[in-house]
Amino acid sequence: MNPQSSHACEVVVMLEHGLHLSPAAQIVKTAQGFRASLIIQKGDRKIDGKSMLDLMTLAAERGCRLRLEAEGEDAEQALKAVVALFESNFGLVLPSNSQASG
Amino acid sequence: MKLSEFVVRDSILTDLQAQTKDEAIRAMVESLARSGGIQESEREGIIAAILKREELGSTGIGRGVAVPHTKHPSADRLVATIAISKGGVEFASLDGEAVHILFLLVSPHERPGDHLRALENISRHLRNDNFCSFLRQAKSAESVLDLLEEADSNQL
Repeated sequence: MNPQSSHACEVVVMLEHGLHLSPAAQIVKTAQGFRASLIIQKGDRKIDGKSMLDLMTLAAERGCRLRLEAEGEDAEQALKAVVALFESNFGLVLPSNSQASG
Repeated sequence: MKLSEFVVRDSILTDLQAQTKDEAIRAMVESLARSGGIQESEREGIIAAILKREELGSTGIGRGVAVPHTKHPSADRLVATIAISKGGVEFASLDGEAVHILFLLVSPHERPGDHLRALENISRHLRNDNFCSFLRQAKSAESVLDLLEEADSNQL
């Protein structure tokens, strides 16, 4: 296993109310379960994905594109676990178009 | 969005005596109602909504900070209050530590962006160790307000 393994990808925030406190807490809890570091980038700002305060400063609204970058021996697994949160929309129901326009 | 614009001046509590999450939230919402930040008639509904939100997961985000909040139909703009606890409040925080700084937010349903921006603003300042330590030492609402204004103008 490569100790300097680095993996990155992009995700889009689909949450109706953006990346608010409870999804941010899910990211932190998930990322903290791995040794790899997690950097989240919005535009040209990079923050520590294991820090709740850092994540809250992103103010990532719905539709916002984020780059996730994990680095460390379990980077691949860490990235997969965090991407899975976004793919499942953090266990929250996706808003339908009619709700989204309201 | 500035802290000094959405934190209701007369609602700040610098010597919160509450020891539990429920007591702390109740004291803060009552203070918001007394100071006119929210309608008195909506007080109990707002307390219940904030406690319900806490059941989904604690808003104790670590580093001695909690951000209890709710969206509420009676709110026509985002309002917040601050409480400082010298002894600490048991809040089931992410890091298990007691909470000394509480920001409580009530926001309108239809403005999720305001809520995110308020969280962004609060968390940006809370990352500053000077802001946290000055806040924890504040003995009066006036000194908290001075601190908020300094933070708003990046003087810390």
